[in-house]
Amino acid sequence: MAGITPSQTAGPYFGILLRGRAECRQVTDATHGARISIEGRVLDGAGNGISDALIETWQADAGGRYCHPEDCRPQPADPAFNGFGWAHTREDGGYRFETIKPGRVPAPDGSNQAPHVVVSVMGRGILTRFITRIYFEDEPANTDDPILGLVPTVRRDTLIARRVADGHYVFDIVMQGPRETVFFDV
Amino acid sequence: MRAYRRVPPGVHPPEDPAYRSTVLRHPLEPLIEIPQTISEITGPSYPYEVVGPVDNDLTRQHTGAPIGERIIVEGRVLDDNGRPLPHALVEIWQANACGRYAHEVDTHDAPLDPNFSGTGRTLTDEEGRYRFVTIKPGHYPWGNHYNAWRPAHIHFSVLGPGFLTRLVTQMYFPGDPLQPLDPIFNSVREPEIRQRMVSSFDIDLTIPDWALGFRWDIVLRGRDATPALV
Repeated sequence: MAGITPSQTAGPYFGILLRGRAECRQVTDATHGARISIEGRVLDGAGNGISDALIETWQADAGGRYCHPEDCRPQPADPAFNGFGWAHTREDGGYRFETIKPGRVPAPDGSNQAPHVVVSVMGRGILTRFITRIYFEDEPANTDDPILGLVPTVRRDTLIARRVADGHYVFDIVMQGPRETVFFDV
Repeated sequence: MRAYRRVPPGVHPPEDPAYRSTVLRHPLEPLIEIPQTISEITGPSYPYEVVGPVDNDLTRQHTGAPIGERIIVEGRVLDDNGRPLPHALVEIWQANACGRYAHEVDTHDAPLDPNFSGTGRTLTDEEGRYRFVTIKPGHYPWGNHYNAWRPAHIHFSVLGPGFLTRLVTQMYFPGDPLQPLDPIFNSVREPEIRQRMVSSFDIDLTIPDWALGFRWDIVLRGRDATPALV
């Protein structure tokens, strides 16, 4: 067995890489589903915004299908939705994604997971990618979600985006401190 | 769907006070272990059509040639079962030959090179191979501690088959005297594991009268032998 290559920090200059990519645009006129925005700040242990974090998101389409060859369920994924988002945080640590509300996807126990977005946090001062999830405040399915159920009740709300207006959600990512976001070992 | 094996301890570096910026940026609460679901086993793929013909040749992206020592960096992307991973997006970014990034945050007193942007991208072929032509990045100082200099390195971003195979790392060069002094390199504590980040000089990859070759394989998480229902 070959040994896994270790992770290293993305450092402060990954912006030059993103600049060379096409723009991250998840939603077009053809995309099915309810348009939403998710915005927030990435904060360090002193409560300051992290201006050089790289946030990546991965989510299902509105019908709960992933644009990926291993999602082999009968109904195909929305061809107008790729599911991949990325953002370089702003000077104040802020980020914003324009996307659609993901549908429900199956859980290992045969039930369904509540709608969620999986998230990677990387950047300067972060040696290893940290993984978290964004759930949505207005989803009754959160109550029975098998992953949320593994999180101690007192910390669960760090994974739930607040609904501030119709279709607009706020989700801060707190790397450390009393309101530290839950990160996962998957 | 087959689940991915857990990453053995010691591979990915923990918070490290020697690299000062980690102190307020690494979580202090333990990670919560969760099962792998379809959300983590699937994963993003970058729209492939955006990879252009000179995107993997950082010496041909401008009208003139960049200053510096031209090199070839080639290798394979594998999983830890040794299986090659085709169609993986491999992206790089790096400093120029003088140790300066084409980024406004970089204020190091070294010249920018108008013929070098320092970014590249490619997809692995059917055997998992990637190849870049670039120039050898220079050393540069950073503010971590007195007289701190980074060993020469190229940043790598790899999107493998799933969300769980995502990797951002750095490739180092053999024999660099700054490596023993660098907190980022040494954040990986086990010497054998650390060494996986160091490329090898390869005379067979070297092209006569043109460029030295460095070989570096990237190994991502592999799958469990037994299928899991997820």
